[in-house]
Amino acid sequence: MCLAVPAKIVELNGMTATISIEGTLREVDVSLVDEPRLGDYVLIHAGFAIQKWDESDYQEWKEIQESVPHE
Amino acid sequence: MKHDRILLAHGGGGTLTHELIEQLFAPAFGLKELEDSAVLDDKLAFTTDSYVVKPYFFPGGDIGKLAVCGTVNDLAMQGAEPLWLSLGMILEEGLPLADLEKIVASIKATAAEAGVTIVTGDTKVVERGKCEGLYLNTAGIGRVVADVGSTHVRPGDAVIVNGNLGEHGVAVLSRREGIAFQTSVISDCAPLWSLVQSALVSGAEIHAMRDPTRGGLAATVCDIAAASGVGIWLQESALPISAEVRGACDLLGLDPLNIANEGKVVVFCRGTDAGRVLDAMRAHPLGRGARVIGEVTEKPKGMAVLRTAIGGERIVDMPTGEDLPRIC
Amino acid sequence: MNEALNRIAEQARRVGRNVTFMEVCGTHTMAVSRSGLRQLLPANVKLISGPGCPVCVTDTSYIDAAIELARRPGVIVTTFGDLIRVPGSESSLERERAAGADVRVVYSPADALALARENPDKQVVFLGVGFETTAPTVAWTIKKAAQDGVMNFSVLCAHKTMPFAMEALLKDQEVKIDGFICPGHVSVITGAQLYRFIPERYGIPCVVCGFEAVDVMKCIVMLLAQIAGKRTAVEIEYSRSVNETGNPAAQQLIAEVFEESDAGWRGIGVIPRSGLAIRKEFARWDAGRSVTFRESKPHPGCRCGDVLRGVLTPPDCKLFAKVCTPTNPLGPCMVSSEGACAAFYKYERKAAV
Repeated sequence: MCLAVPAKIVELNGMTATISIEGTLREVDVSLVDEPRLGDYVLIHAGFAIQKWDESDYQEWKEIQESVPHE
Repeated sequence: MKHDRILLAHGGGGTLTHELIEQLFAPAFGLKELEDSAVLDDKLAFTTDSYVVKPYFFPGGDIGKLAVCGTVNDLAMQGAEPLWLSLGMILEEGLPLADLEKIVASIKATAAEAGVTIVTGDTKVVERGKCEGLYLNTAGIGRVVADVGSTHVRPGDAVIVNGNLGEHGVAVLSRREGIAFQTSVISDCAPLWSLVQSALVSGAEIHAMRDPTRGGLAATVCDIAAASGVGIWLQESALPISAEVRGACDLLGLDPLNIANEGKVVVFCRGTDAGRVLDAMRAHPLGRGARVIGEVTEKPKGMAVLRTAIGGERIVDMPTGEDLPRIC
Repeated sequence: MNEALNRIAEQARRVGRNVTFMEVCGTHTMAVSRSGLRQLLPANVKLISGPGCPVCVTDTSYIDAAIELARRPGVIVTTFGDLIRVPGSESSLERERAAGADVRVVYSPADALALARENPDKQVVFLGVGFETTAPTVAWTIKKAAQDGVMNFSVLCAHKTMPFAMEALLKDQEVKIDGFICPGHVSVITGAQLYRFIPERYGIPCVVCGFEAVDVMKCIVMLLAQIAGKRTAVEIEYSRSVNETGNPAAQQLIAEVFEESDAGWRGIGVIPRSGLAIRKEFARWDAGRSVTFRESKPHPGCRCGDVLRGVLTPPDCKLFAKVCTPTNPLGPCMVSSEGACAAFYKYERKAAV
């Protein structure tokens, strides 16, 4: 029950944000995280942001994804 | 739990679809080989498909384009040059004529691209609410030029696909009500005969071909492994999946291996001929992304296995049916 | 990849004896099965699955209640995709939909609320299952419905919480656990502090783990290192997302809308204080008040309870893969796509050559 995915806030309208997961866009609620800003990374679960990630967290995750060899 | 009604999953291309065919249709009609097309008198291939995609306009195509490509591709997979198509239409009362005109134009254009002629058809109209806009059926006849089949695959064969997986399914899902998300992914829907033909004339020994539509690559390799009684090993790190498709799958909890493709062909050829097939495909606009994604062995007989990115192994299972967004 | 596996092998050698780690969360079970990690581990390191699959532990009576609601005219039942195939005593939501009930899969509880606004003449019921990760999203939705006066929306609540269930496992004499692979996203909400009591009261190491195969491997290294170094503590592998204290806004929402209650875990029984119930103040959005929960009996021969407690592995159940399969599931562990039996069947059921 723990599928959550990191995404970037690309639009912000009060407590509703449009996030992008490598190009897939969706509207989510961001009221559960502290002071969300445009360009922030957030963890998304069931249409809600539940945690903020900073740039280094996102890079760490990308590195893990890329450490999986892809030809 | 035995089913006494048809479930949506019966149309998913996975285990329930297979059950329905094996337990009801095949025995009733004496169907023996369950290939993409039936080969008649060793000369002609004959196939049919119905199209109920919702919505009927989606990024990268529409139900009309799909109706031509789907049937043309089923013939191509059987090593048959597609020649003639029939077109049956079931239209919903209230369908905007402008939409129908667009779809007809799309059918015309795709048929021309695929080199087939629509030679006969039928039209029915049902009351509002009895179908979603329109349903199409196409049946196709082609001339067999190569002897391929799902039972011909042998240990030592290479498994090749012509490009990125999961695009059609993700594109259509993004427009489905209730699962709203926007994506730049567009359907890969395309007629594949000329690509297939270039592989066939390359001189390579091709044993089988399948287009991984409903049920995705997973259903295809499970089917072929079972039909030929071989083991199929896929290499996770070699599977061509774009970051956008991965992102959409991550969001919805879907497995890219189970998602429909409408412009992809999986080729099983003699191992030593893989290079020839790749060269031929890469020279074609629909085959630029062609690559080897796996190999065929003796064991495990009748099953497909994935070598994972961390060096482990797991079974590629036949998908159960509908792919639904999950949170687990 | 090899580096991570080498470090596991090294620490496993230091430890020497056989150890068993339990991954509590169903998503971890999937990650382990999907990556084929199990066969790559040293012989003395065993992984077992725990009860952290919310679909698996949802009681049959809940599904029956959801079906009863779905059969009422004018009701739209909305659910996460995970529940649609779960068998109740006689039917499932998928079958009810085929028979004409309005059952819709949604991605978010917020979508269900939107559906209620769009269909003022219908009653929209959302099936609230999941642990602490999902509870705040449902709490938010209930609170919004109350704030905006959306009276045709309600939630059938079966949310559960982790700590009392984990403690129940530790008190269980039959289960042998040498370390916990702790749920990653539950911990985003609750903070790693949730598990303090485990090393403190039971001397068992805990590591909060992410969901990539690489995360699980690192987590196993950390657990083994604790055992080898004779330490016990709560450590965080998933530092990208998890800290000590968690998400205060989410915790507040949960406390505002829900209260602790006893909960029945399918296959295990009632675990006191392990569930969340909708508070009286929000009673008008609690679908549980308008439906009766009837007792149900498990399938004879079903050993799901033992699998969920980690006492039995799926292939050791006599029904596994012979009678009980994903298309014909007899018990909860096979029902959910994340259940231990479903994961095992799907990914590991035949030893590959």
